[in-house]
Amino acid sequence: MSIPFVDLATILPELLIVGIACLVLVLDPITPTAKKDFLAWMSLGVLAVCALVTMEDFGETTVAFSGLVVVDSYAAFWKMLLYLVSGLTILLSMSYLKEEKIDLAEYYAFVLLALAGMMVMVSGADLLTIYLGIELMSITLYIMAGFKRFEARSIEASAKYFVLGAFSSGILLYGISLLFGVTGSTRLSEIAAVVNGPALNDPLMLLALMLIIVGFGFKVAAVPFHMWTPDVYEGAPTSVTAFMAVASKAASFAAFLRVLLEAFGGVKPNWNMLILAVCLITVALGNLVAIVQTNVKRMLAYSSIAHAGYALVGVVVAGWVGVETGVSSRGVSSLMLYLAIYSFMTIGAFAMVAILRKGGLEGEDIEDFTGLAKRHKGGAFLMLVFMISLAGIPPTAGFIGKFYLFMAAVNAGLAWLAIFGLIFAAISAFYYLRIVMVMYMREPSPEHEQHTRLVLSPQVSVVLACAVAGVVLLGIFPGPLVSIADLSILPIK
Amino acid sequence: MFDLLVLLIPLFPLLAVLANGFYGSRYSHEWAGRLAFGSVGLSFLCTLGVFASVLSNPEPREVLAWSWIFGGDLSINLAFLIDPLTTVMLLVVTGVGFLIHVYSVGYMHGEEGFTRFFTYMNLFMVSMLLLVMGSNYVVMFIGWEGVGLCSYLLIGYYYEKVSAGKAATKAFVVNRIGDAGFLIAVFLIFAHFGSLDYSTVLTQASSLSTEMATAITICLLIGAFGKSAQLPLYTWLPDAMEGPTPVSALIHAATMVTAGVYMVVRNHVLFDMAPIALTTVGIIGGLTALFAATIGLVQNDIKRVLAYSTVSQLGYMFLACGVGAYTAAIFHLVTHAFFKALLFLSAGAVIHSLHHEQDIRKMGGLYKKIPITHAVFLIGTLAIAGIPPLAGFWSKDEIMAHAFVHGYYHLYILAAIGAFLTSFYMFRLTYLTFYGQSRVEPHVAKHIHESPPIMTVPLMILAGLAVVGGFLGVPPEHGWFHSFLHDVATPVGAAPHAVDMSTLLGLMGAAVSIALAGWGLAHYMYSVRPQMANEWAEKSPQAYTTLLNKYYVDEFYDRVIVEPFKKLGMLWDWVDRHIIDRFVNGIGKGTDISAEAITWTEKHVIYAGLNVVGYGNHLLAWSWRKLQSGMVHHYAAILIIGLAVLIHLVVLWFTGSSIAGSSGY
Repeated sequence: MSIPFVDLATILPELLIVGIACLVLVLDPITPTAKKDFLAWMSLGVLAVCALVTMEDFGETTVAFSGLVVVDSYAAFWKMLLYLVSGLTILLSMSYLKEEKIDLAEYYAFVLLALAGMMVMVSGADLLTIYLGIELMSITLYIMAGFKRFEARSIEASAKYFVLGAFSSGILLYGISLLFGVTGSTRLSEIAAVVNGPALNDPLMLLALMLIIVGFGFKVAAVPFHMWTPDVYEGAPTSVTAFMAVASKAASFAAFLRVLLEAFGGVKPNWNMLILAVCLITVALGNLVAIVQTNVKRMLAYSSIAHAGYALVGVVVAGWVGVETGVSSRGVSSLMLYLAIYSFMTIGAFAMVAILRKGGLEGEDIEDFTGLAKRHKGGAFLMLVFMISLAGIPPTAGFIGKFYLFMAAVNAGLAWLAIFGLIFAAISAFYYLRIVMVMYMREPSPEHEQHTRLVLSPQVSVVLACAVAGVVLLGIFPGPLVSIADLSILPIK
Repeated sequence: MFDLLVLLIPLFPLLAVLANGFYGSRYSHEWAGRLAFGSVGLSFLCTLGVFASVLSNPEPREVLAWSWIFGGDLSINLAFLIDPLTTVMLLVVTGVGFLIHVYSVGYMHGEEGFTRFFTYMNLFMVSMLLLVMGSNYVVMFIGWEGVGLCSYLLIGYYYEKVSAGKAATKAFVVNRIGDAGFLIAVFLIFAHFGSLDYSTVLTQASSLSTEMATAITICLLIGAFGKSAQLPLYTWLPDAMEGPTPVSALIHAATMVTAGVYMVVRNHVLFDMAPIALTTVGIIGGLTALFAATIGLVQNDIKRVLAYSTVSQLGYMFLACGVGAYTAAIFHLVTHAFFKALLFLSAGAVIHSLHHEQDIRKMGGLYKKIPITHAVFLIGTLAIAGIPPLAGFWSKDEIMAHAFVHGYYHLYILAAIGAFLTSFYMFRLTYLTFYGQSRVEPHVAKHIHESPPIMTVPLMILAGLAVVGGFLGVPPEHGWFHSFLHDVATPVGAAPHAVDMSTLLGLMGAAVSIALAGWGLAHYMYSVRPQMANEWAEKSPQAYTTLLNKYYVDEFYDRVIVEPFKKLGMLWDWVDRHIIDRFVNGIGKGTDISAEAITWTEKHVIYAGLNVVGYGNHLLAWSWRKLQSGMVHHYAAILIIGLAVLIHLVVLWFTGSSIAGSSGY
């Protein structure tokens, strides 16, 4: 069997990234400890090159490997976002890993491998390709979650993530195999033809669809499949948490939406109510449980669950029956916009947690932020910006994201859903502003004065600058990103 | 020139925010203060220029600051709309704002975080100006949330007080519930009109169906009730008194809390099409006016009395909107800004001279020691109580007269009782604070002093405004104020209403008697027979404690909304923490047990069992029993049963509906 060169050319970015990941693994043992940063820079370099390559994909649709892989604007949009997030993660990790004394260069290889998995996910036009991508991403993340090998909490997080991840992969795979039984194919386009024709309302097809939704619901951390999230986010090294909360969520949403719209776009009534129900409980529970958290990472974990709930509003709109195509597409594009904006503010918030040190440890309790405004005016201000953006207050990007998302819902005739979401967004101010409150409205105790500090490095400064620039600029000039998202949506059936 | 003036109005405070925010630590506090009030003063001067221009040409004019491409099919400009309504609001915001800024320099002197305070204050001014100047709903909304955020930061200014932080969060969250309503209204407007500019929406409003107009206006009202502290969203405002007093004067009396009234008047075209919404505004306004006044009767914190009075006066403004008296609503907004800012600032001067004592039970007899403060406070009291010819009389009388003449007798009665109570509690406050025996603690009494001129001069100016401000609207319904706002605040389709002079004079007489009656009762109870109040409280302790505890509404909200939400959160937190652990441990243990079982089976079944089948059977049964008591069985069963139930339900649900559908063909 021969693989045509053109097909390989379409997955050039994936090949490059896997290649460099392998190279990093090989070079790691022979690179002197002092020069390990070189491997990180090399990883960043390949991201930049890939971004240039992927830039060409906008506006074109190429199907390769006889329909297993598709490279279109939609995939390109997500890949650009994933490069950015991975790049910021690598930068954030460079000093964080040293501070945590887990400075192993294979970490960067793992970031790249997970990224390759995510890229396969967003480009997959076949359920098996997507599954392959998910597994590559997940297995790498299981390892990364346990990267603090000497800390029980990290190992525990890794084990939990692995057991539950494997479980959910099993469910997803079971769904895929049932669907193959019903439709005789794993290609999204071929499935679409069968489910909308002969297999319409076949109970087995519905069962398969449900299993697939559960599988993806787990990956995007939607309630009630979210239970792994707080423990894993809390236990994993913070740089890894940021990567999981942002990149893996974005890629999972991308693949989820593609599967729903391309394979099941003709049978929207079969899934939109289920998604709606998941969306409602995710928004409600994510926000409510976040209120009672005392650990920032755990709080942000629930916050990320709540944000997945908001993003699901976009899926609901895209899957709503009886609305104009323009409105459905707005559902897709507002979801893309939302996740892009979410990436900036979440990575910024996690970066702040990662650089706040208490003694030799991470300062990850909300109390550790006490009086930060007194000692680190700039740092506290950045955290303030991220928090008000997460709460969705103008003029930050978080407001723009919610604005588009809920406007799409209202346009689709789902005003009540928008009201529901906005009320919980209002409640969310309660826990986001608690961090603002302890930073600005509490006197630091002498103990805090002595032991907590921000560890800044040039790389972290770049991460924070990028995040805050994204949050502020996208809040004030959302135009370009909105247009790009509008142009990159999936064709709606 | 006009455009430049308009743009400069929000720009000056913005520059002050940037300077004080980023470089404030590099220069002295004096300069930070000068920069802060100077910038607002410059804004006020620009506003005067704009005002002069609007006087000669009252046509609405739009000034584009910058095209803000929102992307997609939505383009929104950061643009300002200048018409008489905006101009009035601008004059109030920058004028009163300037005086309060000047006063604050004296009041906040020597406080820690002086520069931070003025940065927030200026940021508040910018947001408030955006709110009143914006030419579309998005700019207004940005100002709307901005003032909420600044209010949050300023309420929590005294961070050593735990209560301040809690009050700040409460204010912000309650406000955001209202904001959610506003945002929904914005979406609905966009869905219907395809535009968010006032110029488009308000001129094409007649294309709305009554249902749609009602939906939009009810959502707008939720926003207005949150921001303007009306029933049932008022609880945050009294707590907001934790902030420094100038903040209470600027944000929680004169400007931010009136934003809801401004918004209703700005959108009155939509409200005129939705009778249900108008009735709601009127009734909520009237009820709030009365309800808050009753609580104000027994409060002992000087600022809290004023806070409930603010809630009550805002109720009058909404009542005015509800009966179609939009001009009167704005008129009352203006006079209220004068006298309530005056009252808060002079209360601040009292607190200042008593070293942060706010409890009126520990005041009394102060009029000799702080004569200027006493004089201006008395003017404020006379104005709010509705004693002619001070400002409050004219505006309040106009609202009540309008309600009466247009047949809203129920609202008139609410307003009249409210007016009596207002007069009573304000004079009660005055008597307890300034007259009678001094109850000041001795160590404080030695140091009582009049405030410096930087505080008293703004007070005197405000007092002057509280005296003469009412003449803007004299004669009622036909004053200068009414002709100025005629084009922007006349209800759609309102027929000129001829009312004979005798009715109006009769209503005025009634209003004056009501105010005097309240004064008289307060005089009797707190000056002639000071022990009477306590006797009454003892006679009906239940009524007294209910009022003192503000009808237990806060407790009710806590019990019914806040606590259940928190409990639910905690419950789920527990579930998340434990279920997963159990599950993972179960799988771990399950693996252990099955490994053990397999090894054991290998050893005994494969090797031994091959020869002794009966013995093997026995062993198998034994291992089965072991499994049954083990964890793996337990968990696997739960999992499988759970999944089966879920699958069953969903399949039933889908096929049920599809069978019903497919039976057709």
